[in-house]
Amino acid sequence: MSVATAGRLESTAAAWSLPWLAQRLQRSLLHIAVIGLTLVWIIPTLGLLISSFRPSTQILTTGWWTAVSPPLQFTLQNYQDMLSQSNMGTAIFNSFMVSIPSTVIPVTIAAFAAYAFAWMKFPFRDWIFLAFVGLLAVPLQLTFVPVLSFFVAHGIVPDNLTSLGLPPWIGLWLAHAGYGLPFSTYLLANFFRQLPSDLFESAEIDGAGTLTVFFRIVLPLSVPALASLIIFQFLWVWNDLLVALIYVGGSVEVAPLTVNLANLTNSLGQGYQLLTAAAFFSMVIPLAVFLSLQRYFVRGILAGSVKG
Amino acid sequence: MDFSVLLQDIPTLLVVILGVPALLVGYIVGAEFLVRRLPDKNRPQVRPWIWVGPALAMVAAILFIPAIATFIQSFQDNHGNFVGFQNYQTQLSGFPSSGAWIAIRNSIIIWLVIYMILVLTFGLTMAVLFDRIQYETVVKSLIFMPMAISSVASGVIWKFMYWYQPVGANQTGTLNAVVTFFHHDPVAWLQDQWPGGLAILNNLALITVATWGLTGFSMVILSAALKGIPGDLLEAARVDGAGEITIFRRVIFPLMMPTVVVVGTTLVIFAIKVFDVPYVMTNGNFNTDVLALRMYNLLYLSHNNAAAAAVAIVLLIAVVPVLIFNLRQFRAVEARR
Repeated sequence: MSVATAGRLESTAAAWSLPWLAQRLQRSLLHIAVIGLTLVWIIPTLGLLISSFRPSTQILTTGWWTAVSPPLQFTLQNYQDMLSQSNMGTAIFNSFMVSIPSTVIPVTIAAFAAYAFAWMKFPFRDWIFLAFVGLLAVPLQLTFVPVLSFFVAHGIVPDNLTSLGLPPWIGLWLAHAGYGLPFSTYLLANFFRQLPSDLFESAEIDGAGTLTVFFRIVLPLSVPALASLIIFQFLWVWNDLLVALIYVGGSVEVAPLTVNLANLTNSLGQGYQLLTAAAFFSMVIPLAVFLSLQRYFVRGILAGSVKG
Repeated sequence: MDFSVLLQDIPTLLVVILGVPALLVGYIVGAEFLVRRLPDKNRPQVRPWIWVGPALAMVAAILFIPAIATFIQSFQDNHGNFVGFQNYQTQLSGFPSSGAWIAIRNSIIIWLVIYMILVLTFGLTMAVLFDRIQYETVVKSLIFMPMAISSVASGVIWKFMYWYQPVGANQTGTLNAVVTFFHHDPVAWLQDQWPGGLAILNNLALITVATWGLTGFSMVILSAALKGIPGDLLEAARVDGAGEITIFRRVIFPLMMPTVVVVGTTLVIFAIKVFDVPYVMTNGNFNTDVLALRMYNLLYLSHNNAAAAAVAIVLLIAVVPVLIFNLRQFRAVEARR
């Protein structure tokens, strides 16, 4: 049911005949439905975007839609205030410090494991892989109390790590890595398995070691899967609120953007103009990643959900 | 912005950007180096564990063992004494109006059912409609965009949609502006507006936010499944004189059913685990509490680990059917391989 068949259907009836008119009407209704749905979907974001450029007094007294008629009064004041008053600068730095290792660690470790699952033989291999598939559905909430108690008992908490001169987010990295592993391993193992096996055999005949095969053959051939996975995990960690709240809490020095924005939402009585700008500030990186790498992101979602 | 923070944190930055990958690559290269020193016959026995070991250790330490520990803890008090089902009894007493039952009702009935139906319906409708237009890519990107936005930011976006001013004041919230335009009194969307404390309206308002965020996900997957249906099949149906609606009901929908089920099971997990949207928009007030939020509050506000563990187990019980379904699905696919 592609565009071509739909177009062909349209041309079957003679111009201005009754079926032709009916088809015309159907096409118009289709366009109205599509454009209507899309408008409904973008209006919330558009409204906040426009609000974020309006003077604070106006945000509180008139709706955002009044701003598009003259006199036009747009300002960058909200963004300036937000950057100087709300710690969002520190928060975006923290978000990078949380998201980069929380992506690198699980993707790398999952690639090692996926290679073993796909191309090595070891006892209980299929059972362990089945356990990973099962863990895909287990709610993270189930792990919070014991993992947190363990981290607290062994000093893997922000204050203590900072005083030792270590990055305060190590506990959060480990948690995100653990939570990301079942999905990452599942996705990569499925991809690695589909690589042609004669590739490995001929490499072995040529005397290439396991490391060479992994770094020179498997990884380069898996760039599309790796790219999808990296984007997916990065956005997931960047947008995560709950795990960050649990393992690093809300203090300004360590809190990532989502935690900071949630604090701002719950604490601001009057400063709603700051919130509009802060919300957009928090979206800049994920939207940039999404818009530039959308193709890989969509592919990752398809590979992760449509099993088999 | 204060850029001096970047200068102070250069050591951290180096550790993060260079140290972590170096450590990981160093591990595998070093371990392989050691494996090669082993006698020929032992190498194939040791090597797989080197590669799969870190993942196994992390999954065991962060997911598997803690899940079992939580299960045990749900039968203990906060000092580690065995108390049987007491935590569950405390949580589940006072049916149907106690805090836990409201969270269970919201998570497992309202969120699960309505959220899943809304996301699937919108996703399927959009997939079918967008398949017939030329500007498909643009429209899909716009619908999909909320997927890249955090639920916290979505919450902020929608707070402004639901903004409420008393009757007579100038409505600055988009929805109330529409409502008052039709000469209706403005609605306090996020408060409990439903008779009998059922809180349907404000829960629906929260579900709308999450639906807005996730419809792109189901739309993309369902659209891919739709494009996978062979064109000549539909052509044949048309030649036989079937109308478009019949074709959808008798050909397209049955063929897409497996994908709908897979998306549905994913949505079940999302619905049961939902946390961010209620946390940001109502913090569980006005009868909008959900299980994940209740567990967080028990853990952080009440410091009641035992009760939090019991709520976590209730969450697990709710996803067990999906878990079993996923495993069966996986084994069926493996058997065909």
